[in-house]
Amino acid sequence: MKAKGKAVKYGNNVDTDVIIPARYLNTSDPAELAKHCMEDLDRDFLKKIRRGDILVAGKNFGCGSSREHAPIAIKASGIACVIAETFARIFYRNAINIGLPIIECAEAARGIDDGDDVAVEFETGKITNLTKGKEYAGVPFPEFMQEIMASDGLIGYIKKQLRVES
Amino acid sequence: MGMTMTQKILADHAGMEKVEAGQLVKVKVDMVLGNDITTPVAVKEFRKIGLDRVFDVNKIAIVPDHFTPNKDIKSAEQVKFIREFAREMGIVNFFEIGQMGVEHALLPEKGLVVPGDAVIGADSHTCTYGALGAFSTGVGSTDMAAGMATGEAWFKVPEAIKFVLKGKPGKWVSGKDVILHIIGMIGVDGALYQSMEFAGDGLRHLSMDDRFAMANMAIEAGGKNGIFEVDDRTIEYVKEHSSKPYKVYTADGDAAYAAVYEIDLCAVKPTVAFPHLPENTRTIDNVGDVKIDQVVIGSCTNGRIEDLRIAGEILKGRKVHPGVRCIIIPATQKIWKQAMSEGLFHIFIDAGAAVSTPTCGPCLGGHMGILAKGERAVATTNRNFVGRMGDPESEVYLASPAVAAASAVAGKLASPEELEY
Repeated sequence: MKAKGKAVKYGNNVDTDVIIPARYLNTSDPAELAKHCMEDLDRDFLKKIRRGDILVAGKNFGCGSSREHAPIAIKASGIACVIAETFARIFYRNAINIGLPIIECAEAARGIDDGDDVAVEFETGKITNLTKGKEYAGVPFPEFMQEIMASDGLIGYIKKQLRVES
Repeated sequence: MGMTMTQKILADHAGMEKVEAGQLVKVKVDMVLGNDITTPVAVKEFRKIGLDRVFDVNKIAIVPDHFTPNKDIKSAEQVKFIREFAREMGIVNFFEIGQMGVEHALLPEKGLVVPGDAVIGADSHTCTYGALGAFSTGVGSTDMAAGMATGEAWFKVPEAIKFVLKGKPGKWVSGKDVILHIIGMIGVDGALYQSMEFAGDGLRHLSMDDRFAMANMAIEAGGKNGIFEVDDRTIEYVKEHSSKPYKVYTADGDAAYAAVYEIDLCAVKPTVAFPHLPENTRTIDNVGDVKIDQVVIGSCTNGRIEDLRIAGEILKGRKVHPGVRCIIIPATQKIWKQAMSEGLFHIFIDAGAAVSTPTCGPCLGGHMGILAKGERAVATTNRNFVGRMGDPESEVYLASPAVAAASAVAGKLASPEELEY
């Protein structure tokens, strides 16, 4: 799996309340949620990005609420991958479970600037800043998480497991 | 090398003798929880698995508490959807309006979580039950769906930070001040992917309600869970509330910790977290002149009976400042009834405060006290992110019930000590 797009960059501690404010949580429709993605942090987010772009952030991305609506909104907005210095743990789980590619890499998160062209290879964790001509080694997913992603998320994985057991 | 409390609980629930930090384990869970925001997504995912039954109708709890009593038509549809699912599956612990409460106050009160349990909840504040010596942690909706199907969850075994509590806190210092102090010290990602283990002699001065408030906010330091040593007070609470068998786990003497902090409780002052992160803490003597528009006393952090008693002690014979709306939300029906029978509602209403039925409501900017642009609230809740309680240009200051009540009277951030006695 690969992603290639322009970087849109934010800072540390981007919380799930700004990724998708609770006032929009009376629906779980991905397209509806995507309309308000990042609204309280950056009103122009949706105007800035194109399908396939890459969101880059600092430490503790996705902190706060367990709302899966946050990675759902990001995925449905067209973002192909999130690169951050670190992720909050529930967001990390949720992203894997719903199949939003994410990758931890402090050097890339710091080195990539807003608007840079970036390519990511998920299996190896290799991140390339095409604008600056730099390469970074991100942390690839542990094997079992790759298995979950290869099963199209946790539900696909569970379905496979249940079939094996029965 | 020995194991921490959390590691021992995970090992037992994984059917293993020993686990180590970093290891991936599959554990059997004793309870799977969801609310009206997260359960609809979980139900949709559960349906994709294609099962016609859940793993155990007694080990799932669904609590519509966030946007309830339903604040709008879409919210009503979401609750209807999960109510129908609960009925179809025969889920025993679905808590309807009239029986419900804020989930993390409700589950311990109903005796659904006991020491030694492993609990997952599709709500980040599921870490609250660590106060009982249980392993409990927040997950997302898909994990909830998988948990409802299989009764299992995957975890990376966390390492732990130990907080050794010493001494006795001052009169107006509560568990909320202690946890805000700790978050201020280690930061909002200070315990990322880790357990926060609370131990030490100082524990005996912390009530169960203090401990619930502290474990509740472990997530605000990025923690996977917060967990308290089990003592006589825990056992007394559990015996009073539950008939479920429980198991007391203690950390090994040679367990490894990523860090150990000693916290002198008598040195902790009433603490306030300024916008827009729970780590932006200041002690109450250092807050300056912050005029406020609203006070909220409630939530899964501080809507329990002791919190209401403290508010009552401060509001008795006083008036809420004319420029302030004071909203008090007992967290469960049982707490509501207790507060009523103790005469606390007379005090609140005479003071000019409003009392609401249990709901998460304003904490997450849902309903029952939304802030307009430029408005400020002092809240006993747990998050003060941008737009958390309303307009993105509003502000939330996190504080204890004592500071919140005193601020309601003063019309600005204030310590109870500043009021005349």
